[in-house]
Amino acid sequence: MTVEQRYRYLYKPGVFIASLVPAALLAAGALGWFGADLGADPVAKLLHACGKTGLNFLLLTLLVTPVRRLTGWTHLVRLRRMLGLFAFFYLVAHFTVYLVLDRQLDYRNVLQDIVKRPYITIGFAALLMLVPLAVTSTNRMMRRLGRRWQRLHRLIYLIAILGVWHYWWQVKKDIRQPLLYAGMLAVLLGFRLVVRGLNRVRAARSTGAVTSTSAPATAPGKT
Amino acid sequence: MTVKQSAHIRPSQITPLDAYLNRRELLAGAVIAAALTATSSTTQAAEATPKPDPRFAFTRNARYSVKEASNSFQDITHYNNFYEFGTGKEDPAQNAHTLRPRPWSITVGGECEVRGTFGFDDLIKGLPLEERVYRFRCVEAWSMVIPWLGFQLSGLIQKLKPNSNAKYVQFVTLMDPKQMPGERDDVLRWPYVEALRMDEAMNPLALIAVGVYGQALPNQNGAPLRLVTPWKYGFKGVKSIIKINFLATQPSTTWAISAPSEYGFYANVNPHVDHPRWSQATERPIGKGLFAPRQQTLMFNGYENEVAYLYKGMDLRRNF
Repeated sequence: MTVEQRYRYLYKPGVFIASLVPAALLAAGALGWFGADLGADPVAKLLHACGKTGLNFLLLTLLVTPVRRLTGWTHLVRLRRMLGLFAFFYLVAHFTVYLVLDRQLDYRNVLQDIVKRPYITIGFAALLMLVPLAVTSTNRMMRRLGRRWQRLHRLIYLIAILGVWHYWWQVKKDIRQPLLYAGMLAVLLGFRLVVRGLNRVRAARSTGAVTSTSAPATAPGKT
Repeated sequence: MTVKQSAHIRPSQITPLDAYLNRRELLAGAVIAAALTATSSTTQAAEATPKPDPRFAFTRNARYSVKEASNSFQDITHYNNFYEFGTGKEDPAQNAHTLRPRPWSITVGGECEVRGTFGFDDLIKGLPLEERVYRFRCVEAWSMVIPWLGFQLSGLIQKLKPNSNAKYVQFVTLMDPKQMPGERDDVLRWPYVEALRMDEAMNPLALIAVGVYGQALPNQNGAPLRLVTPWKYGFKGVKSIIKINFLATQPSTTWAISAPSEYGFYANVNPHVDHPRWSQATERPIGKGLFAPRQQTLMFNGYENEVAYLYKGMDLRRNF
């Protein structure tokens, strides 16, 4: 099998099915399948589980680039779109649970919440920003937008930051979990900053623009 | 069982204390066993509501019981905020088996005549036990209805004879990380401390609960004794009490220390004063399933007639 085929027939379907497992578990709990249940406060459980799974997928999406860099498995990028769309799926579910089950479609109350409660404001803003990313995730849109596509999709960094912040802000006291998410996000974003910094130094060196105090300009390895 | 007014409880209806306490010994094992089986399987069927022990013939105090249906025993015992056993709602039910509620002693001190350390049995001797179905409103905007079993705090206070300097009564939870593993994490300052103004404590609604659903209080609900003040947010209900102090000045309390802008000393349920981060106007009733609408939160959690006089002339926005 070629790499192409392996992705098409094995990896992608595998990741797709695995990504649906959290949804299946929650559905089983909601419907009481196999004796599963969502506990005493099923709305809160659904709400939090969808939000957290969405956040997990956001981080997984951001993990693809560092893993590609470190392992050289450049073809992993073929999974990134699916992971991003699953993040969108779970976060839309998160908002839907809030709107329909928690607030019983009381739009006025929801609008008030969005305006008045900072943690809801930033969570909602992050969700809105995900919409254009999901809409422009098709091959056709990628081609059509060209360079602008990449610029637009850098929004994911801001979205992830707002997402973790939203999580942090609604926790009553025990911030260990949000702290963990903030730490993971910092590593993922920090990796990019470091790579960017290194690239700049290299680029500068290769053009000889940097007056280095270290060894005289030996040929920097090809990048 | 016929529902009777509190004034009509005959002495014969009140369980002799030793009978009640012997019963506790038997129950302690059962509670632990239940807690262990609960952890062994995540898909166990909900625990059925236990039948009250026949030797424990309590009377329901109808005057102080609400009409709403009580939450299930399962919900009441598996959805708890008791950070001494972990910060998740299901953590206490899993972890509280390490607590040993018997034997138990309570140290009484401060501005009162009766000072010293007393066994649980001696301390509550002669205090009439009754069942009261109270609303319970958590500061996190969810609510339950709980059939507590206990005695009026005012009765205990009279027994301890506070002097005229006593303006506040303070309660302290057990501090023992071996029994309460959550106390190893510094999410809150341990031990947990709560307090009431003396007139609040003497209000007939203030209850010391020693049971729920006619059973000894399960560990995760604050065994062997806890405070219940139904017009206040749940965090005022300090659990597993080992110290009672009468004080001349207002003491600091755990959640108010932890986040003074979010949790006050009074913590009265008030739909008009929001938590800085979320609304207190409505609450989600626990145990009514996925599609139950939120319900309006009532002033003083519906106990306005009983307690509003305590706060006359006070700015409840500042004294939240």
